[in-house]
Amino acid sequence: MATPAKTPTVFAPWEDAAETPLIRFRNVTKRFGEFTAIDALDLDIYEKEFFALLGPSGCGKTTLMRMLAGFETPTEGEITLAGKNIVSVPPNKRPVNMMFQSYALFPHLSVWDNIAFGLRRSDMPKDEIGQRVEEMLRLTRLEKFARRKPHQISGGQRQRVALARSLAKAPKLLLLDEPLGALDKKLRHETQFELMDIQEKTGTTFVIVTHDQEEAMTVASRVAVMDHGKLMQVATPARIYENPANVYVADFIGEVNIIEGNATATGGECYDIAWAESQPVIHAQSSEPLAADARVSFAIRPEKINVTAEEPTDRPNKMRGRIHDIAYLGNISTYHVEVGGQIIKAQMTNSRRLARRSFTWEDEVWLSFTDTAGVVLTS
Amino acid sequence: MRRFSWFNATSLTLGFAFLYFPMVILVIYSFNESKLVTVWAGFSTKWYGELLQNEAFLDAAWVTVRVAVMSSTIATLLGTMAAYTLVRAGRFPGRTLFSGMIYAPLVMPEVITGLSLLLLFIAIGLDRGVTTIVLAHTTFSMCYVSVVVSSRLMSFDRSLEEAALDLGCTPWDAFRSVTLPIIAPAVISGWLLAFTLSLDDLVIASFTSGPSSTTLPIKIFSAVRLGVSPEINALSTIMIGIVAVGVISASLISKRAAIQREREERQAAG
Ligand SMILES: Nc1ncnc2c1ncn2[C@@H]1O[C@H](COP(=O)(O)OP(=O)(O)OP(=O)(O)O)[C@@H](O)[C@H]1O
Ligand SMILES: [Mg+2]
Repeated sequence: MATPAKTPTVFAPWEDAAETPLIRFRNVTKRFGEFTAIDALDLDIYEKEFFALLGPSGCGKTTLMRMLAGFETPTEGEITLAGKNIVSVPPNKRPVNMMFQSYALFPHLSVWDNIAFGLRRSDMPKDEIGQRVEEMLRLTRLEKFARRKPHQISGGQRQRVALARSLAKAPKLLLLDEPLGALDKKLRHETQFELMDIQEKTGTTFVIVTHDQEEAMTVASRVAVMDHGKLMQVATPARIYENPANVYVADFIGEVNIIEGNATATGGECYDIAWAESQPVIHAQSSEPLAADARVSFAIRPEKINVTAEEPTDRPNKMRGRIHDIAYLGNISTYHVEVGGQIIKAQMTNSRRLARRSFTWEDEVWLSFTDTAGVVLTS
Repeated sequence: MRRFSWFNATSLTLGFAFLYFPMVILVIYSFNESKLVTVWAGFSTKWYGELLQNEAFLDAAWVTVRVAVMSSTIATLLGTMAAYTLVRAGRFPGRTLFSGMIYAPLVMPEVITGLSLLLLFIAIGLDRGVTTIVLAHTTFSMCYVSVVVSSRLMSFDRSLEEAALDLGCTPWDAFRSVTLPIIAPAVISGWLLAFTLSLDDLVIASFTSGPSSTTLPIKIFSAVRLGVSPEINALSTIMIGIVAVGVISASLISKRAAIQREREERQAAG
């Protein structure tokens, strides 16, 4: 996955105890009647962050955004922006702009007027408004469509108008609810980098909802994985991927093998996980101490598992299995290997041409990985 | 498409004849030369000319137009406000009761509405005249406006107003610059509807009008009791024309707006 070109000094205000967060959710609950959409949530977002919200449909991402924008009031708890409780501040008084999931473009106004809408309600002088709108049109490549009405442009163009409109006022905090979903891959990548560029130039704090994990990984300083109105983990993209806090996050982000077993300590941070009777134990490490004979889930990414025809000699973990299926994806292949009654996925880059690959369906192969390749999860 | 059968053609003709034959007769006889309404004596527009000389009719026409313009304007204002509150304000105590009550005049017999208004005006000592007719017409046409406007508001995407607030509008500014332009066709057709309703109302006007403020329908009705004259036919023809224009443009406006909306939504979805 592509990583953004970050500034040389590491940007990690969340690790600095002296930093005060820009946004702070304190024990925030939002109920719609009986239904709890946001459940006692605590969250800090720092200035200049690019904060991504990930989670399945209906987990409360939009609700969280709407509380920041001021369209929903929390049932309980408080939300502070720059140290000020904003729960009772109306949306038009907040230094926050939102790009709506449904775009919410004004159908009776041209693209130009849609983008100028917010600027006209600020104290910006008229000629500056014109310049700013032109700048936004250039940025989103909509110059040619400035005079059209929203129903006269395509879905992707509409999305860009919505983006331009929310960017125009250069707010302190920008909320983007699935801003790039309707764009094709190329334009999406360009816009992602454009967003990061804008963010670097203006220092705006972004909170972005996305269904695209790769997008979250590419643009975000930190990612929050949500489920049923709760935060499952908040961490940098790399940590989320390499050190998921629980099975849910491991499973939600990318592909993963989950192997359940019982862990026994073997000294230090090392543990042996017994997972299938006929199979050797898995040697793994866990920085968190585990109870004796604890029931654990061992999570390991497919690309961390090697597939070989001969028995490897240098790996602490190896197991023998039979190839059940091969998914050829061009640059990589995913092998579905049956071991101890479970299918384990392993990924190898296709450095050789197809015809010269050494194994095929029903072949007996060796799977191997290091003792730090996977993580031991207890929840 | 289904074939256009003889049965369909016949029933269509019969239905339309039933609806419009009387009016067609009236329109034809308004161009009758003869003073006797039922004897055709050749084509003439002289009764229209006579009409222009008739002070009483012209006065009544002027009252009617004034009443219609004023009452439909007030009704549009109040009806739009009521519709907005009912659709937008969410739950508040008595909402169901309120929304039921606003539609009650639609089914209330006009005689009862007229009578109760008359009693009210007498009770508060308001002299009957143009003002009382305007008030009465506002009362009953407001709910028609409210029906038209609230059906448009219900299909209105709420997030448009939120976007306006988000971009710095006050709630009133958001209503004025986003909601109102979008629901304008419904508001206009509500106004036209209220206008035509006021124009041809007889029952409520006769309860609430005073001696100096006779409306055209009242005038026609009382004139006809002394015998139908070709002049009345001419006058009625003009009224049919005005009402038809009003109703047709109201429905055209809302139909065009609906088509436009549908197209926008289809394109937004695609
Ligand atoms: N006004 C409302 N009244 C009742 N329930 C609501 C309301 N708004 C949202 N919900 C419920 O709250 C939950 C969270 O909704 P939300 O829109 O935040 O989901 P989301 O994470 O944004 O989903 P998606 O990815 O599909 O956009 C959903 O189950 C939804 O049905
Ligand atoms: Mg959503």
